[in-house]
Amino acid sequence: MVDINRRLLLKAAGISAFGTIFPSVGYLISAHAQEVISKNTAPSAKRWAMLMDISKCPAGCRDCIDACHGIHNVPLINEPGQEIRWIQKVPFSNAFPSQENPYSDISLKKREPVIMCNHCSNPPCVRVCPTQATFKRKDGIVMMDYHRCIGCRFCIAACPYGARSMNFRNPRPYIGSINPDFPTRTKGVVEKCNFCEERLAVGLPPACVAACRHKALIFGDLLAGESEIRTILRNNNAFRRRPELGTEPHVFYTG
Amino acid sequence: MKSEQDMTGHMDKNKITGRIWLCFLIAVIAIGVFFYLRQLSMGLSITGMNQNITWGLYISQFTFLVGIAASAVMLILPYYLHNYKVFGRITLLGEFLAVSAVIMSVTFVLVDLGQPGRAFNMILHPSPKSILFWDMVVLSGYLLINLVIGWVVIESERQGVASPAWVKPLIYLSIPWAISIHTVTAFIYAGLPGRTFWLTAVMAPRFLASAFASGPALLVLLCLILRRFTSFDAGKEPLQTLAKIIAYALATSIFFVLVEIFTAFYSGIPSHKEHFQYLFTGLEGHTTLVPWMWASTVLAFAALILLIIPAARKNEKWLTAACIAVFISLWIEKGLGLVIPGFIPSPIGRIGTYIPTGPEIAITLGVWAAGFLVLTLFYRLFVSVRAQSSSAVQRTE
Ligand code: SF4
Ligand code: SF4
Repeated sequence: MVDINRRLLLKAAGISAFGTIFPSVGYLISAHAQEVISKNTAPSAKRWAMLMDISKCPAGCRDCIDACHGIHNVPLINEPGQEIRWIQKVPFSNAFPSQENPYSDISLKKREPVIMCNHCSNPPCVRVCPTQATFKRKDGIVMMDYHRCIGCRFCIAACPYGARSMNFRNPRPYIGSINPDFPTRTKGVVEKCNFCEERLAVGLPPACVAACRHKALIFGDLLAGESEIRTILRNNNAFRRRPELGTEPHVFYTG
Repeated sequence: MKSEQDMTGHMDKNKITGRIWLCFLIAVIAIGVFFYLRQLSMGLSITGMNQNITWGLYISQFTFLVGIAASAVMLILPYYLHNYKVFGRITLLGEFLAVSAVIMSVTFVLVDLGQPGRAFNMILHPSPKSILFWDMVVLSGYLLINLVIGWVVIESERQGVASPAWVKPLIYLSIPWAISIHTVTAFIYAGLPGRTFWLTAVMAPRFLASAFASGPALLVLLCLILRRFTSFDAGKEPLQTLAKIIAYALATSIFFVLVEIFTAFYSGIPSHKEHFQYLFTGLEGHTTLVPWMWASTVLAFAALILLIIPAARKNEKWLTAACIAVFISLWIEKGLGLVIPGFIPSPIGRIGTYIPTGPEIAITLGVWAAGFLVLTLFYRLFVSVRAQSSSAVQRTE
């Protein structure tokens, strides 16, 4: 027990230290973090999920992307087709190809929802992985074991959301400044959003949620009846990406 | 009648050709190895693959070659189940072709891995839900079965004795096993949500149909090469029968593709149509594969006509042309035309482009050359054993 607490403390310290290295996003992350830590000391949930209010997300804002890619050592490779992305903004019709209609409000078409791994309940990426390098945790997070992945990219073919990226090359030279508290990856493995499991473990919300000034991103436990995300889902019409495929995505959208 | 001197002169020339062939293969392998070492150090970034199209030439070759391996069953089945004696001369050639093709396809998977050093993770942490795991199981099983059969049969032939009784059940087992390797390989594609081009129940039958055309086509060509350069002559009849098998299989394969096209276009569902549009007309100006697919289509129909018309089929020049056409056509269709459009458009609507790079092509050719090296060595053994046993027969007569 002592050990675990020590580890959590160290992690929290590391993450706050990160805040001092990247003041712009770090400030936001750690400010929000204090608040959440005090509210939620038990770092366990039954089913984590994310919700995005598309209407609150202003065009051109990249706070969530920068925060995520910054702390997770996601390389910045500018060649088309080579980019590694954990979280990205795409035009509405690309995120929701079957929900477009020619008469929809122009403002909807202009919207750029944030997309990431949906941490599906029935994830095809886990089903197809021949080494169990991709696996699903009890709390719904779909994880990557970078040390076990053989780089067959079967999971990329299986994911219907384009949520995974392959390290076609060694990513390290493309990382602006390395966050020492999070591992970097090697060439030849697949990577993706991990719902910030390292932050959840110390009671912090995901970096993108913490970094969003517009409160467009909500994160929480679906099985905790009174959680914010659960309340919003109860009272609003939310939709998901390609629900017809039966993967049960756990990133929801409203707005 | 040829004089003895003529014969030896002829033999010497063939020996030299054989040596040149082997040197050529080894050179191609060496170039492939050179570029593979570069791939090992630089990663798959030396290929043309990208985040939108994550499987390319390597996996295409794998898919195509599993078909070639499975097609050995087209010889085994008539010979052992229907007692079609004519194939007795060449079943071993089919088995050795299967062995070489499996070796090539497995090599292509290994070459495609981002972290080949960890390949054993597939065995250390097996995941029975993954079709790739089952593909590994059936492919290695098939390799083993065919190696044992080929070895035992040729060894008994060499000693001039009948094959031991226990290979029979193994040979029968190899029939459903051949079907299984290509079915499981089709399931790698067919069971993925959101990849509509591959999400079709006709995928496995389609794979088998095209395999039963391309494999025998290659075998006919190999037999003709053997006749030209060695003392082994398969004879006319087995080749004619193979040609008929190719014709039926090719017709079935074309039929399956047309069925897919009907379903996509009559239903009018964009996500089903787009892949075929990409292949045959181009999608939003992206036309990389269009000339290839039309070449494949024209070759397939031309070959079908040649194989159906008896006069053309019986003429060995036309037969050769038809077999080359079938092979190239299905190599395009099962390779590039199957793997790449599955990724287009991407799940977020991007139309990626994939063009194999020089190093990637060099590695691919290297693996093919390695396969042909194995095949050449097997066929040499086969020819020498057959020459021995036929001269033994003559002596006893
Ligand atoms: S979004 Fe893709 S990568 Fe994430 S869990 Fe679902 S299938 Fe897997
Ligand atoms: S690339 Fe890695 S994570 Fe993806 S299926 Fe292969 S081994 Fe699993």
